[in-house]
Amino acid sequence: MSGSLTPAVDRRATLTSGLGGRRTAVDRLMRGLAVACTAICIVPLVAILLYVTVQGIKGLSVDLLTKPPTTLGEGGGAVNSILGTIQMVGLASLLAIPLGVLAGVYLSEYASGRVARTVRFAGDVMVGIPSILIGVFVFTILVLPFGQYNAFAGAVSLAVIMIPVIMRTTEEILVLVPDALREASYALGIRRYRTILTIVIRTGLAGILTGVMLAVARAAGETAPLIMTALGSRLVNVFQWGQPMDAMSLFVYNGSRSPYPAVQEQAWAVAFLLLLFVLVINVIVRARSWGQKMSS
Amino acid sequence: MTSDLTSQGRVEPAPGSAPAAAASPGSTADAAAAGSISIDGLSCSYGSFRAVRDVSTLFAPHAVTAIIGPSGCGKSTFLRTLNRMHELTPGATVAGHVLLDGVDIYSSDVDPVQLRRIVGMVFQRPNPFPTMSIYDNVIAGLRLASGKRDKSEYDAIVEQSLRRAALWDEVKDKLQQNGTSLSGGQQQRLCIARALAVDPEVILMDEPASALDPIATLHVEELIAELRANYTIVIVTHNMQQAARVSDYTAFFNMGDDRAGYMVEMGPTDDVFNRPVNSVTADYVSGRFG
Amino acid sequence: MTVAGRTVQLRAGPNSGRSDRVFRRATAAFAVAVLVLLIAIAFQLVVDSREAFQAFGIVGFVTGVIWDPVKDIYGAWPYIVGTLYSSAIALILATPIAIMAAIYLAEWAPLRLAAPLTFVIELLAAIPSVVIGLWGIYVLGPILRDTVGAALSSAFGAIPVFAGIPSATGLYVAGVILAIMILPTIISISREVMTAVPQSQREAMLALGATKWETVRHAVLPAARSGMIGAVILGLGRALGETMAVTMVIGNGQDVPTSVFAQANTIASKIATTFNEAAIGLNTSALIALGLILLVITILLNIAARLLVGHTAH
Repeated sequence: MSGSLTPAVDRRATLTSGLGGRRTAVDRLMRGLAVACTAICIVPLVAILLYVTVQGIKGLSVDLLTKPPTTLGEGGGAVNSILGTIQMVGLASLLAIPLGVLAGVYLSEYASGRVARTVRFAGDVMVGIPSILIGVFVFTILVLPFGQYNAFAGAVSLAVIMIPVIMRTTEEILVLVPDALREASYALGIRRYRTILTIVIRTGLAGILTGVMLAVARAAGETAPLIMTALGSRLVNVFQWGQPMDAMSLFVYNGSRSPYPAVQEQAWAVAFLLLLFVLVINVIVRARSWGQKMSS
Repeated sequence: MTSDLTSQGRVEPAPGSAPAAAASPGSTADAAAAGSISIDGLSCSYGSFRAVRDVSTLFAPHAVTAIIGPSGCGKSTFLRTLNRMHELTPGATVAGHVLLDGVDIYSSDVDPVQLRRIVGMVFQRPNPFPTMSIYDNVIAGLRLASGKRDKSEYDAIVEQSLRRAALWDEVKDKLQQNGTSLSGGQQQRLCIARALAVDPEVILMDEPASALDPIATLHVEELIAELRANYTIVIVTHNMQQAARVSDYTAFFNMGDDRAGYMVEMGPTDDVFNRPVNSVTADYVSGRFG
Repeated sequence: MTVAGRTVQLRAGPNSGRSDRVFRRATAAFAVAVLVLLIAIAFQLVVDSREAFQAFGIVGFVTGVIWDPVKDIYGAWPYIVGTLYSSAIALILATPIAIMAAIYLAEWAPLRLAAPLTFVIELLAAIPSVVIGLWGIYVLGPILRDTVGAALSSAFGAIPVFAGIPSATGLYVAGVILAIMILPTIISISREVMTAVPQSQREAMLALGATKWETVRHAVLPAARSGMIGAVILGLGRALGETMAVTMVIGNGQDVPTSVFAQANTIASKIATTFNEAAIGLNTSALIALGLILLVITILLNIAARLLVGHTAH
């Protein structure tokens, strides 16, 4: 195995002869496959975005945004659903943000050992629960006892979906805040709770907001839990939390099952608005963290 | 193509006069002897930042050449150009020529993958493959080559490589154990065995003992001394005493004012340490800086 | 106490004020509330499904093939099969594509391309299920029927798996739509575990004279293997729980599906379509029992995935 005296000619031959077609061919093939698969993954996204946009824009009109649906199978609009989404997601956020953020604060600032691990595990499990089961649960506690589908139950079901997401992202962000900041604050004589509220949370605020925005986007797109809580409604419901309320996601779902082309067109338009809302939030949020990563 | 070293104030030593190279029969001043590397005007850059400037020298076959110098002066970057690992970093470029036995390794018809069979590398931190046994680690590179071999052939190669890496006695009864179950020094010798198994001509070592304890370091240094008979070895080290102990030739790199590394001086180790021509070299080897 | 002649208030630690205790207890209460919520959900589902399990026995309910609200006979089997079948199709389609794409993004793609490509692919995960379902009804379903469906049916129609006439809805459409929806999950986690493999491993392999693919295959993939299995399991978990897009394209069949072209239901789609019409009592209890089965499977998969991936990345 010692280095033999290879004349220069042989050295050139070894270096330039290539690996033997098989190894190079396999390398090229696998690379080509990998590129193709990446392209395949992009196609559905582009297709969906394009189609929803093209079909959706057709149905956009002032009526859509200002009038409730008619029973005629044409005319009317979707204002009931737009107002419904805004209200229910709004109330859900009011419930979920404080609860989720403070729970995340507890996990990051105070908890250790078994309690922390159990709560964290519970949060992760809840994030994975199919949202329809959340709807079933809220139905049994907030619809059945009152014998009435209601918007409040809808909002609560969205909140239950949002809470573990916000809790987890809050904890992840706050854990990254350096301990040195906390200690500097204690050294100035500031109490712990104030340190957390003013310094720690303020430092992590951008990240917490990111988590909240993503949770809001997710809640706005949810349909399944609303089916058996808020039910949906043709009527415009403003702050009647004890009554059924429509939502954009429900509108799309119901519209997809309608035989009337005009209604289907409205469904596309509302789907487009929903998609736009969700995508804008995601793009803002992710582009921001992407920008931060690039500059660091 | 011979490189003229008189610009560094040294006369190029005829390979025949270097102590270890006396073993290669028929060697002449022709730099195309087996396992010889000739470098002409080599510069390496990362994008627009030039890391190494204009190196020209000759690495004699079947000898150990040490590359010393303060940290950050491009020694590792330079070493990695010798097996075209430098170009793995995005944006990395190379200018100049590196001739392995007379063949420019950067010419467009040279396959880097083939090159790396002939020019092997051992890294600073031992990096055995954690999902493979000791046995599989040694033949990891060999398995890639086309052509099936019998188990008995592999067994023989494993034993021979581990013997050459002075590791056989310590692991012969536990070849199926995971590669990471060994101590640091043993892992590094395993990596050397792995590099030897593919039958290279040249072995590049990037600070191979810097992550090891003194005893393990000693083993590696003894190993290098044994290996020199059969391989051309180029070793980057920040440890001057190690360079003095282990190498036949020494090249001293320093960082210039343009923040690019350059080779200040190169010659037989004894001369570079005891009778350096360049005053910067004299300052470095006497410990005045770096 | 007195120090140097002056009265000094003993400084208490930052943690010991009354407000601190209140704050700590409040945040703890909120955290525990999350745990209580999870327990409440599980508890409620168990309690409300008891009626159905008592009426048919657990095994009887799980294996029952008849779902008849008029006769008040309920069996979960068609929907369990529908769930597993559609998820299996999704996994078979999505896993190889997602893993190859993850390999490209982690190992081959130039950095400038990798970041925006990853970003775009992850955006797919943000699209509401109902919007994907709408696209599935009007675009994907008809396309699948006319291309893949027609081809499979004419070539392999004799095999039970491909028997029947493909329509624009059915198990196979649901499988494809689920595959699309779980791609981002598998890709992002796989990419993360691959990027976590230390560069020194790749360098060691390359220095031995390996091609790029050989390096990926022998140095990166073995080290990333358990994480990638976890990624696939998480993808499976997502597929099992997906409701709206599946409901809109799966065709609402009540029989145990055998062919991929069958009209079927998953547990989630069955609940979504029939919950509001179900009579309170045995009917709703049966639906809730269905939900409990889904919950148990989802939680078990979640645990398995966490063990493989470590902390759930997202």
